Amino acid sequence: MKPAPFVYVRAASVEHALEVLAEHGDDALVLAGGQSLVPMLNLRLVQPAVVLDINALHGLATIESHTAGGLRLGALVRHREIAVDPLVAACAPLLRAAAPWIAHPAVRHRGTLGGSLALGDPAAEWPACAVALDATIRLASRTGGERCVAAESFFHGLYRSDRRGDELLVGCDLAQASHDSVFSFRELARRHGDYAAVGLAVSACGRPGAWRTLRLVFFGIGDTPIRATACGEALAAGAGLAEARAQLEAELEPRADLWFSAQAKRHLAVHLLREAWRDLGHPDTGE
Amino acid sequence: MESTTDIEFEVNGKRVRLAVSPREHLADVLRQRCGLTGTHLGCEHGVCGACTVRVDGAAIRGCLILAVQADGAQVRTIEGEGNDPVMQALQQAFIERNALQCGYCTPGFLLTAAELLELDPDPSRESIREYLSGNICRCTGYQAIVDAVELAARRLRGEAGTDASVP
Amino acid sequence: MSSAPANRDGTDLRARAIGQSTVRAEARRFVTGAGAYVDDLPAHRLLHAAFLRSPVAHGTIVKLDLAPALRMEGVVAAYDGEALAPHCQPVRGLLAHLADMQAALQWPLARDRVRWVGEPVALVIAESRALAEDAAQAIAFEWAELPPLVDPRLALEPDAPRLHAELDSNLMFAATVATANVEQAFAQAGTVVELAMRTERVTAMALEPRGLLAQWDAAQHRLTVHMGTQVPWMMQAVFAGVLGIGCDQVRVVAADTGGSFGSKIHCYGDESAVAVAAKRLGRPVRYVADRLEAFVSDVHARGHEAVVRAAVDADGRLTAFEVDDLCGAGPFSIYPRGSVNESRHVLGLTGACYRATEYRARIRVAMQTMAIYGQYRGVGHPLACLFTEAAVDAAARQLGIDPLAFRRRNLVPDDAYPHRAPSGARFERLSLCACLDELARLMGYDRLRADQRERAADHERGAHQGVYRGIGLAVFVENSNHSSANYGRGGAPIASRDGAMVRLTQGGGIQCAVGLTDSGQGVTTAMAQIAADAVGASIVDIRVFMGDTEHTPVSGGNWGSRGTGISGEALWQAGIALRAQLVAAAAALHACSPDALELVDGTFLRRDDRACVCTLQALADAIYFRPERFPRGFQPEPAAQRHYAQTEYDGIYTNGASASWVEVDTRTGFIKVLGHWIVDDCGTVINPLLLDEQLRGAAVQGIGQALFEGCLYGNQGELRNATLADYLVPMAAEMPDIHVGHVTTPTATSALGAKGGAEAGITGALASVVNAINDALAPLGAQVLELPVTPERVLRAIGAIHDPAP
Repeated sequence: MKPAPFVYVRAASVEHALEVLAEHGDDALVLAGGQSLVPMLNLRLVQPAVVLDINALHGLATIESHTAGGLRLGALVRHREIAVDPLVAACAPLLRAAAPWIAHPAVRHRGTLGGSLALGDPAAEWPACAVALDATIRLASRTGGERCVAAESFFHGLYRSDRRGDELLVGCDLAQASHDSVFSFRELARRHGDYAAVGLAVSACGRPGAWRTLRLVFFGIGDTPIRATACGEALAAGAGLAEARAQLEAELEPRADLWFSAQAKRHLAVHLLREAWRDLGHPDTGE
Repeated sequence: MESTTDIEFEVNGKRVRLAVSPREHLADVLRQRCGLTGTHLGCEHGVCGACTVRVDGAAIRGCLILAVQADGAQVRTIEGEGNDPVMQALQQAFIERNALQCGYCTPGFLLTAAELLELDPDPSRESIREYLSGNICRCTGYQAIVDAVELAARRLRGEAGTDASVP
Repeated sequence: MSSAPANRDGTDLRARAIGQSTVRAEARRFVTGAGAYVDDLPAHRLLHAAFLRSPVAHGTIVKLDLAPALRMEGVVAAYDGEALAPHCQPVRGLLAHLADMQAALQWPLARDRVRWVGEPVALVIAESRALAEDAAQAIAFEWAELPPLVDPRLALEPDAPRLHAELDSNLMFAATVATANVEQAFAQAGTVVELAMRTERVTAMALEPRGLLAQWDAAQHRLTVHMGTQVPWMMQAVFAGVLGIGCDQVRVVAADTGGSFGSKIHCYGDESAVAVAAKRLGRPVRYVADRLEAFVSDVHARGHEAVVRAAVDADGRLTAFEVDDLCGAGPFSIYPRGSVNESRHVLGLTGACYRATEYRARIRVAMQTMAIYGQYRGVGHPLACLFTEAAVDAAARQLGIDPLAFRRRNLVPDDAYPHRAPSGARFERLSLCACLDELARLMGYDRLRADQRERAADHERGAHQGVYRGIGLAVFVENSNHSSANYGRGGAPIASRDGAMVRLTQGGGIQCAVGLTDSGQGVTTAMAQIAADAVGASIVDIRVFMGDTEHTPVSGGNWGSRGTGISGEALWQAGIALRAQLVAAAAALHACSPDALELVDGTFLRRDDRACVCTLQALADAIYFRPERFPRGFQPEPAAQRHYAQTEYDGIYTNGASASWVEVDTRTGFIKVLGHWIVDDCGTVINPLLLDEQLRGAAVQGIGQALFEGCLYGNQGELRNATLADYLVPMAAEMPDIHVGHVTTPTATSALGAKGGAEAGITGALASVVNAINDALAPLGAQVLELPVTPERVLRAIGAIHDPAP
């Protein structure tokens, strides 16, 4: 199980990386943490002509407050840093809650936020969190400079995203959590560290029965993170759990995986909704 | 001929210069080029943890990092940990508690457990199980491994000298 | 029969090293990374192998062009089935003593037709593994698809396409057994339960994949193979047969072996092909399967469908069992053990722990286009236990009798041996009731039942909604110390007589050569303990050498829980013989009667005053360097060799009981194992430290099969989860602490009295976990009878989801 041969390029600067991508486009694959790409190389599931290693771009490995008061995360920020960083804990507690669910310590040491977002595995934690937090994904290219895409419109389909072959995902921006922000992160996995059978990331502002915003994003059930819009709107409008559940069941069209049918995934999604309902501070209705 | 890239890195405290093929992962280079066969390959897709090595201090999957990426890094393998007190305590406890059978997973478990004890000198059984949950052992029932990590932690904290009791 | 040797003063010689929790001296190698597995071994001018494997389950080879591969960088040779055929012999996995068994010839590489996804089609030899893989990928391979045969039931239909033209059906084997009054017993029963059970195929998933390093010595016309194996002697015969050379022209050395569990005891086509290539090329060739290859080329096991019935009379006594079992066992019967023994154990052992006197069984083994099939730890015993114990629990539940009490009422009592089960299986001596009693004590059965009742009361009050707890019990037997009944009598080159050689070294130590191998069980240490006591030496002076056909006596190898019981007995007898020889030599040296001396911890003592006469070191010195010090004409003999085969029973059954305590979250279908207990009776325990963790490890594999593991096939015969990310093996976080207890009933067929302990942990685990789940679900009137018990299956069983399964 050895990779097919490829040309290795270590990006010396973002500009250098963008040049390589401009030249090779989809024939080049970007190597960030490598925790998904290297297995795919080993398995020969991908056989790129060029592997572009961006690990030397230390400028992409930072977590900082950005001008608008939110959080700016570089693409090379590792899962473990998100798990322990105080700024993340303060500004985006959802990420802090989700980080321990990602695989295992050895993978969290290497795996990166940008890699996870760029790959867009539908069962992964970061894409769902990014959509739940209404994150802005920043993409750069030699010709187009930098552009921003809302996470919700970034994920197009199974391992397909808004990123063009000549673009590098350089990071993502999050708004500062407000005084009445609450969140919930729930995941069901067969074994500790496995990809989610079903997961749910929720970010809300306001209070039960009177949410200004409420974003429910399921993962592990479709080709992308799935935002349960109707269900969220119902809850924001003060609906009870039963109505929210009905909305959810109507709008979800889960995709079966190896171990769970679509029906089971829908059932588990409803269960997670119930848990999130409580996490958000709604009264326990005993349902 | 396949093109190679020159790398220079530190392996178990010694500078090593090698010309590697970009497609070689670090575990292969350590095994085949450095003769460090204590790093084992159980799956080569990042699940089993048998190839765990420490790169710049962090326990990582040796099969999920290309050797070219280790250029300039400090790499430690099981062979280089003989004088580390945490590792010595773990090795001794693994032997005493029979926390290994075929031994194939053992270096990976030891390196992961050493990292845990550096971060948390007094882990609960549950947190030991959780921290080691990315390493597969197909022989033991994991219990002896958890026992051994507990025992090593106790000794490193200066408690429970020899602890003759056997599970 | 022989009895345990005793000193003249009556003390049992087994009282010293044997029974101690001696730590493994060899473990230090493994914790320092100094293990030497086959992929770690150095070799000059080494070549590497990679295979092209069939991507389809069934097809005719239309085109197979090796030329593109041969043009690639670093490629030394490439072979397909046709190119290899003139240089090797095919095998046929037939056991000649089984009437009505049929099996097709199998070549190392496919010829004309491919019959499973993963079947080796072509072999590339290159200067590195990566280059060999590049070349294998370049081979032009075209095929014409044939209909896959996935469902064994359909494979047995009269109009099903035949998998092998040389055979007249796809039925590999069938057998039945029935007692005279079984029909009547079911007709007259007060209660009859019937369960339709299904178990997904699993695979051993030894962490070190299969591998070998084959070297041909043209000058001596000899093949040397280093490999991860449980059976070097069997592999000697296998390679000799494949290459068409004499057994004695093959040397097989067992390298450190990274787990095996029954996966490394077979003739695999890829390994045979590598041996042939090494001979053709005259350079060493290494092949180590990668994990993807392992999933599709290692033997699979335990994929069965069975309908099991039990009859209970008005007094709550089990009167009859019936099982109808169907197994799909891949396209070829694995050589040389065959792919049918799992089913044979189901036939032999279903219901066998109970007093029920009536029995009917039918087993059928179908050929199909799925991965090759064979032995995995416990072989059919865990299935026989699962089928039986699930039916026993169902009967107890239906009758409203506590399952522990129901078992106590119905188990074969401990004083009823030797016992012959209605299937014909013969048990020397079991302790089923004692083990069950010890289990109930160890687990605190009554306390757990009370906890369960409290939970039920909580449910009434509205707490713990949806979370149910259950207790599952299982009683089991497990064959060990096999005679030739399974293999030798069927013509398989698998020894049932093991040898051991023991000698005094010139340094005064004791060196033992045993044909067995150690795949991590720790038998090296167990053997040292046996030798220490048998000879009368200190364990630190014992060296054990194993697993090399050139330097050890013959052994059947380590499988079927036979190593300690068979090889250990041979070693015990050799050690006893050496002890007598050394005492005679010491007596001759010191001009006294042998009767006046004894050898204790490496020192010769005078019996009367316990004075030290000399040490083993001094005796060795005299024997090797100062022969003139012995009386004229006396030739001391510093080595002894003995062999042992167990011939009184087909096998010496061990027995035990296990229990699981689980929590089922009916809201999600997720299951948590809260506790697991095993009580095992494997006769004389050589080393409790090693045995207990073996039992735990086996139990974890069993819990794995009960909850997580399964080879998921699509309807085109493709394995859908052939990665470790998708084939779920149990990990530390999900496993409970496992408590172990022992009952000790030594076998009287050997002096040592040891039976095997390697498989007991897995044998009861499937059943106790499944029974615990169904105990938890009983208040909901639901049960799950398919393994693994996934959340999906739980949710369907309780009616939380209804639509048809995908």
